[in-house]
Formats: sequence, structure tokens, C-alpha cells
Amino acid sequence: MIQGIPIEHFLIVSTIMFFIGVCGFIIRRNLITMLMAIELILNSVNINFVVFNRYLYPDQLQGHFFSLFIVGIAAAEAAVAIALIINIYRKLRNIDVENVNEMKF
Amino acid sequence: MTGFAYTILIPLIPLIVFLVTGLLGMKWKPIVSGLLGTIGMGTTFTLSLLTAGKYFFGGHHADGFQTIIPFETTWLRFTDTLHINMGILLDPISVMMLVVITTISFMVHLYSLGYMKGEKGFARFYAFLSLFTFSMLGLVIATNIFQMYIFWELVGVSSFLLIGFYYTKPSAVAASKKAFIVTRFADLGFLIGILILSFVTGTFDFGKLTEPGTAIFGSAASMSFMGISAMTWAMTLIFIGGAGKSAMFPLHIWLPDAMEGPTPVSALIHAATMVVAGVFLVARMFPVIHFQAPAAQEIIGYVGGFTSLFAAVIAITQFDIKRVLAFSTLSQLGYMMLALGVSGYGGEEGLGYMASMFHLFTHAMFKALLFLGAGSIIHAVHSNYMYDMGGLRKYMPVTHITFLIACLTIAGVPPLSGFFSKDEILVAALHHNKLLFAVEFIVAGLTAFYMFRLYFNVFWGKDRHYHHTPHESPLTMSIPLMFLAVASVFSGFLPFHHLVTSDKMGFDTEMHMAVAVPSVLIGLLGIAMAWILYKKESSIPAKLANKFGILYTATYNKFYFDEIYLFVTRRIIFNYISRPIAWFDRHIIDGFMVGIGLVTEKISYQIKGMQSGQLQHYAFMFVAGTLALALSLLYFLM
Repeated sequence: MIQGIPIEHFLIVSTIMFFIGVCGFIIRRNLITMLMAIELILNSVNINFVVFNRYLYPDQLQGHFFSLFIVGIAAAEAAVAIALIINIYRKLRNIDVENVNEMKF
Repeated sequence: MTGFAYTILIPLIPLIVFLVTGLLGMKWKPIVSGLLGTIGMGTTFTLSLLTAGKYFFGGHHADGFQTIIPFETTWLRFTDTLHINMGILLDPISVMMLVVITTISFMVHLYSLGYMKGEKGFARFYAFLSLFTFSMLGLVIATNIFQMYIFWELVGVSSFLLIGFYYTKPSAVAASKKAFIVTRFADLGFLIGILILSFVTGTFDFGKLTEPGTAIFGSAASMSFMGISAMTWAMTLIFIGGAGKSAMFPLHIWLPDAMEGPTPVSALIHAATMVVAGVFLVARMFPVIHFQAPAAQEIIGYVGGFTSLFAAVIAITQFDIKRVLAFSTLSQLGYMMLALGVSGYGGEEGLGYMASMFHLFTHAMFKALLFLGAGSIIHAVHSNYMYDMGGLRKYMPVTHITFLIACLTIAGVPPLSGFFSKDEILVAALHHNKLLFAVEFIVAGLTAFYMFRLYFNVFWGKDRHYHHTPHESPLTMSIPLMFLAVASVFSGFLPFHHLVTSDKMGFDTEMHMAVAVPSVLIGLLGIAMAWILYKKESSIPAKLANKFGILYTATYNKFYFDEIYLFVTRRIIFNYISRPIAWFDRHIIDGFMVGIGLVTEKISYQIKGMQSGQLQHYAFMFVAGTLALALSLLYFLM
């Protein structure tokens, strides 16, 4: 529809982005990098919302608004996460997620 | 007849007094609780007398007394057909019982002002007395058998509380437990009886159950269990409940021990009112028992006869004056049960029923008098035992005279009240069962003998060493004695055969000289023997006791019934039933529960490593789980 690009192409891109994000979240140890991975996941979801809205219900806007909300919430979440990371750094002198393991048993 | 709405106050006043005294009594001076209780009971007493006067004499009763229900309300509603009512039922026996209970209770309240003076727990005593009176009144005015059962249990509880009033004394605690357990055990029979009865008839209501010629027993004839009809089972079980409260053999063991309670309590509960609840129950169910379960009525007659003989024999050998009176109570209760057991229904045939109620009334008066007199004696000499007493007639003239009147009354000397009621019972027994008549005839002689043995031992003979010179009791104690003495003398002239009869119709009766003369003679013979043996200190009683040897020892030890019960419970029930059950509970049931806990704990130790605290492990598990779910969903849907 957008100059002949089929919907599948967009979906493949967003899926790849999503799994890159998941992989990054699981295998990276640095908290900042994990936060970036979360941003990737969120943005892949944003793409999905916009694309489904545009292709399936072109005369409606819910998908777009959802994306806008997610962007806003992602910004807030990043602020909170970075505040937490700074506090962890102050306590542990590094930001390696493996050292944050007090909350077990 | 209307205008009986105020009767609701009769049980309510004691209830309110109980609540107020029980909650606030500790804060007042003791005498306030006592006065409050006594005034409340005086009001109830007056109301009961008014009710009785209006009921019995306030109108024409050519076609018998009506049953009046001035108040009734549904208390518990389970389904439309199964509901329990609370109400007030007035008919001749319940009105008579109102008079008996409130009279004795009022006298005991008054008497206790003097007797219990300075005791610890004075307010508590009065609170419990009010609770007891409330329960007993609720019992007799019950409109249905379930209400009766509820108050029946309340009466048992208040009896337990009052027997154990001196709760620092181990023997009082043991006695209260014994009384409660034995009567409770009998009440189980009562409850099962109620359930069978209501299953057969579909109603709890006394009005429907005792209506003459009612059809609700139509289905009962075909039901039977172990070859005995359902109604016989039901009535026998209900009688077991009554036998427990009225201390019929073999459930009599609690009553002598119950004398551990304060003496006014013995007078009120264990002589005049609570122990006749069993007799009252049988009288209340009388038409059902008589028409539907004649076999149960036979049992009642024989149990009553045996108990009266058995208890009279034991009473001869006892030295504790309260125990003599307790066994005498047993014996007289046996009389009442027996009279119901030999009674027919309607008119002259119902003589036994009338005689039983008559004897209940007169017995309440003279036995309460005997107990209060005994209390007055104990108050003066601080001992329960006859061998600590003697020659008291000089020191305590009022107690002496009233006690003598009571002894003459119970011995059946005309024209005192005991003579009339006992005579009616003997006549009823003679008409229906010669064996029971013979038993009662002997018991009449024994009764006179043991009562005068007590009398001569206490009031005649030599003076003993007293801690201080015995003194006459204060007025609060001697006024009830005098009042009850007057009641004992004159209550025999009440026209019971016109007032309280099995079918609520009056009938005419006359003196039966053929029975009255021998029964008076055997009573006099008993008195004469007591006179010879005990008037002056002599060695004859001890020699006689030696001569009878083992028989005397067995009787003195109440035929070892307590020991038999102890043997059965301790050795047999505890060892062979309770212990295995306890083992089962401890090892199987508890073991199962503990096992569940242990297994859970073990498993959780094994798997707690999964909670590593590593955020990325959790995330991995989450993603892996989601993927697995998604894939399996795809697999099953495709």
C-alpha cells in the first residue's frame, strides 16, 4: 500500500527487532545495554501497531495513538531505570546485572 | 381464656437479674446482688402465684383445663417444616411447676442471704441462682420438645456451675464434673429420642404430640428396629434423658456427690426442682408414652420402683446428713417415676399421674425444708456428719420444730401433705402392679426409719464438743424454714385431683382406708424403731451393723456403684477404647498432616535454587516459557 511494500516486510523487520531486543536483554550483562534492548523491544511493538493500523484500518487512528503512548511511557521508564542504575552504581561501584542478586530465596 | 401475656416476665426477670448481677455484681457490695436477686425472685414468685390463681380458679372448668399459649415465636427456621419455636405453654402441670420453682427459688434466695453471708463469690452465687431459675422456668413452659431440650441443657450447666461453686475444693470440682458428664451422657439418649420422635411425627410441638387421638403416629406402627417399635425406642431414649436428670438407677451416681455444692443449692436444684425435671418430662410426654409405647411405661415403673428401694436402703447407713437427704431424694423421685409408670389415662385411671404430680409438689416443699434445715444445722456446727451432732434441740428450736415437721411429712403421718400424696401413689400402684406396690410399701417404712434415725441423731442424744455453742440461725434463714413448714403441713389439702390430671379433667377420689391405714402403720413402725435405736445413745446400732457385716459394708459403700463405674471407665473404656483412638489420632491422622508438611518442605529445598536472584535467568525462563506455550498452541491448532 505504501508504494507497493507488502505488510509482511514490515512485520519481518519488527520481528527481527523484537528478538534482537530479547537476545540483548538476556545475554548482555551491562544494565545500560539491557535498557537499550528494552527500547528495541518497545520500538518493534510500535512498528507493529502503526503498520497494522495503516494496512488494516486505514481510516482509524488508535494504533498511532498507542505508539505515541508507548513512546511517552518508554521515556518515563528510561528515566526511572537510569535513576535505579545510578543508585546501583553508587552501592556496587559497577553496573553489572550479575551482581544485583540480593533478592533471592 | 386470655390475659396471660404478662407471663413472659416470669422467665425474663431472672434472666435480666442474671445478666445484671453477672456483669456488674463484682463492682457492688455483695449484699446489693443478694437483695436484687431476692427482690427479682419475689416478683417472679408473685407473678407465678397470680398466674396459678387465675389459671386454676379464674373460670369454669367443666370440660377440663385449656392449654394456653400466650406467646410463641419462631426462633430458628431451617425449612418451612423444620423450625424451632420458643414460647410459653400454660397447662396444669406447667403452672404447677411455675409455683413450685418460684416458691422454692424465692425461699432459697432469701435463705442464702443469711447462709452465704461473707462467702467469697456472693454475687456470683446469686447470678448462678438466677440463671438456674431462668433455665428451669424456660424448661417447664416449653411449647415444644426442642425448646425443652435447650433449657434442659442450660439447667445442666447451671447445676454444674453451682455444684462446683467452691472451685478451690478438689472434691467439689470432681463432683461438678461427674454431675455434668453423667447427665450429659443421658442427654445424648434424650436427643436421639427427640430425633426419632420428630422423624416419625414430623413435629416438635407438645400440643400436636399429646393431643388425644391424634393421627400423627399413623406411620409409626410399621417402623421398628431390632424387633422393637420406633416409638418404644424413642420413648425409652427420652426416658433415659429424664432418668439422667432425675438420677434414676443406674444413672444415680452423680446426685449424692452433688451435695458438695452449697446447701441452699442442694435444696433448690438437687432436691426440689432440677431433679424433678425428669419426672416432669415423662409427665409432659405421658399420653405419647402411654398410648404409643406401653413397654417404655413398664420400664419407667420398674426403674422408679427399684431406685426408690435401692436408695432407701443406702440412706439407712449413711452418716453425712446431706447424703442421707440425697438418697432420700432419689427414693422419692423413684416414687414419682413409679406412679407415672403405673398410671392409666383419663379420669380415675389417671390416678398415678395425678399422684405423681401431687407428690412432686409436696416433696418439693418438704425436701427443700429438710435441706434448708440441714443447712441451718451445718451452719451451726460446721460439720456434715451425724456423729458430730447431738442434742441440738435445745440450741435451735426453730430448726428443730420445722425439721420435725418435715420428717413427719416425709414419713407419711396424717394429716401432713406427704401422707396424702404417698397414699395416692400406693393406691395407684396397688391397682396396676402388686409387686411394685409391695416395694413401695416397704420403702414407706424404710423412709420413716432413716429420716427419724437422722432426726434423733441430730437433735437428741448427747451433746458433742462444739467449737462454739450452736446458735439458732438468723431470721433470713428461719423465715423460709417456717414458710416451708407451713406449706408442708397444708399443701396436702390442695384438691390436686380436680386441678392436675392426665386428661386435664377433674375427677373425684376418696381415701382408701385399706391402703392408708397399713401405710401409716408401717411409717409409725419405722419411727418407733428409730426411736428405740437412736433416741438415746446405745450400742445396738453398732452391733446390728456388725451382725450384717458384709451386707452393711456394701450398703455403706453404696453397693460399690461408684467403683464399678470407675472400673468400667478407667480400666475398660480408657484402656481398650480411648487409648487405641488416641493412638490412631496421634499417629495416623496427625501423622498424615505432618507428612504433608514435611514433604512440601523437602521439595521446596530441592527447587529453591531456581530462584537465583539473577534477573536474566528469570527473563530467559519467561521467554522460553512463552515460546513453548506459543509453539504448543500452534502445534495443537494446526
